[in-house]
Amino acid sequence: MKRLSLFNVVSLTIGFTFLYLPIVLLVIYSFNAGRSVAVWGGWSTKWYGSVFENQQLLDAAWITLKVGVLSASVATILGTMAAIALARHGRFHGRTLFSAMVYAPLVMPEVITGLSLLLLFVALNIDRGFWTIVLSHITFTMCFVAVVVQSRLSSFDRSIEEAALDLGCTPFMTFFRITLPIILPAVISAWMLAFTLSLDDLVIASFTTGPGATTLPMKIYSDVRLGVKPEINAICSLMVAVVTIAVIIASVLTKHQEVERERAERLAANAP
Amino acid sequence: MSAKALGPVRRKFAPWNDPSAVPLIKIRDVSKSFGSFTAVNNVSLDIYEREFFALLGPSGCGKTTLMRMLAGFEIPSAGSISIAGEDLAGTPPHKRPVNMMFQSYALFPHMSVEKNIAFGLEMDKLPKGEISARVDEMLKLVKLEEFAKRKPHQLSGGQRQRVALARSIAKRPKVLLLDEPLGALDKKLREETQFELLDLQMALGMTFVIVTHDQDEAMTMADRIAVMNHGQFVQISPPAELYEQPICKYVADFIGDINLLEGRVTKNERGHIVLGSEITGGRIEASGETVAGLGDKAWFAVRPEKVSIDLQPPNDPTVNTVSGTVWDIGYVGDISVYHVKLDNGGTMRASIANTRRVVERPISWEDKVFLTWAPDAGIVLTK
Repeated sequence: MKRLSLFNVVSLTIGFTFLYLPIVLLVIYSFNAGRSVAVWGGWSTKWYGSVFENQQLLDAAWITLKVGVLSASVATILGTMAAIALARHGRFHGRTLFSAMVYAPLVMPEVITGLSLLLLFVALNIDRGFWTIVLSHITFTMCFVAVVVQSRLSSFDRSIEEAALDLGCTPFMTFFRITLPIILPAVISAWMLAFTLSLDDLVIASFTTGPGATTLPMKIYSDVRLGVKPEINAICSLMVAVVTIAVIIASVLTKHQEVERERAERLAANAP
Repeated sequence: MSAKALGPVRRKFAPWNDPSAVPLIKIRDVSKSFGSFTAVNNVSLDIYEREFFALLGPSGCGKTTLMRMLAGFEIPSAGSISIAGEDLAGTPPHKRPVNMMFQSYALFPHMSVEKNIAFGLEMDKLPKGEISARVDEMLKLVKLEEFAKRKPHQLSGGQRQRVALARSIAKRPKVLLLDEPLGALDKKLREETQFELLDLQMALGMTFVIVTHDQDEAMTMADRIAVMNHGQFVQISPPAELYEQPICKYVADFIGDINLLEGRVTKNERGHIVLGSEITGGRIEASGETVAGLGDKAWFAVRPEKVSIDLQPPNDPTVNTVSGTVWDIGYVGDISVYHVKLDNGGTMRASIANTRRVVERPISWEDKVFLTWAPDAGIVLTK
């Protein structure tokens, strides 16, 4: 193990402080016994209790979860299809344009995405609400899925698929029996990414929502405008926990596979 | 090693000389272009049942493209390919009676060894009992019984190679295509595996088509070798013919080592050719036939092991003799290769078998030497 130099220690500390100090403060204050957000009044978990008694918050959380699962699932299917088309079908007419267009929403300001979706729904005379949020989340998370899956496909040995064809497997079955199982970890992490993006989206959801469909970030934002309550700290800490767990699961999934493979390869190399 | 361990005796096998023999694979006027690049340029070829056929050439010569057209992964730009009388145009890879062993092995990483081998059989919808019997048979054939439950990444390179082989022959295809099958193995293992492959091909009675850039591999295993260059066949012959009777300088140079001596034909009678050569400063007398006329430029091609090296001049130094100085000695153990700088310019190589166990060889660096050869040691080439 290489020793860290003083310079590295200092820059690491500054970097991580910058990143995590606000979140750590938020979590600490969620355990504040006092009513005031800024004044420390001792440890307590009572605000977590009151979160679970606040029906409005719970409803918003339930809607957010449903939007997340639905939009992440559809976005994963569409994004994976786009990634395969881009990675596999060589040079088709307009490929460059298509690949640029898949990535464009990555850098598109959310306000513009939200506004254009709103205009579209108005023009098509679609009642805004739960389903319009789902649709818009599919739109903006799909490109993230495409990026993740395409990077996995770029290191995929195509001869594995050719071998399946050669052994009598139809192209359609080859995808489900060979390609999909191999790229599955990447597809799962893409789903996790899409899910967390949907979970904490405020801007696009605000543009495309309608009566009766308030997501958790929207609810929190509107509550904070009336003054920050310690309850908000608690619900935000819970969200941080959910996202952290999702990210950890995703990285452990991929890491575990890698470690397992390396171990097995070492074993094989030492075998007589 | 007992005779039995060596497998069945390989008998003389030459259906390509038999006009009544019906080829299994017929390749007719096949071309393949990628954009403006022509990978395979109008080739025709017959391959016979039970033949071990090698496509040999440098990288980019079109050998892999030709094999991929047999497997159906590439579609010929022109020409036709048929196997057992059936035209394969329009037949997708998964419906062809051939199987392929890939250079990267292309094992399914998420399946165990036995699942990999069973894959093709499951695709044929064979009954379960038959599949497991066939998988066991294949595992035994490639000596991997105890590794049946392992995943590909838990195997060594040589074991993976054997799984790939077992998987490709499990369906008992009419033709097995092997794309650089031994390329990833180290030298010792490669040599062992060459003979295993030969025995296997004999035992199964399958037709093997192998793509390789390794001439030793092709020479050891193949019944016939097609030397390819720039998308075309340069020569198609059995190994010994290819080595002893190359039709041009390219083949002579590609297969093994060769000395080429340029000269002009001064005499061309039945079975007897004389070249006047500036390099030797005398005559080159060769036996054999040539299409070259009197005064034409020609090359006398002679392999290093057919050249004798001596410190004393021969009786008649004007015939089949060249003098020079030893420039370098490559001692390989079994043979020594002498690089001789010729007095009239150029270099020539002579290799001598080290039949005596001595450390000091009689011929050393900077010795003045004479290289000689018999009239039938080499061949006269015109291109």
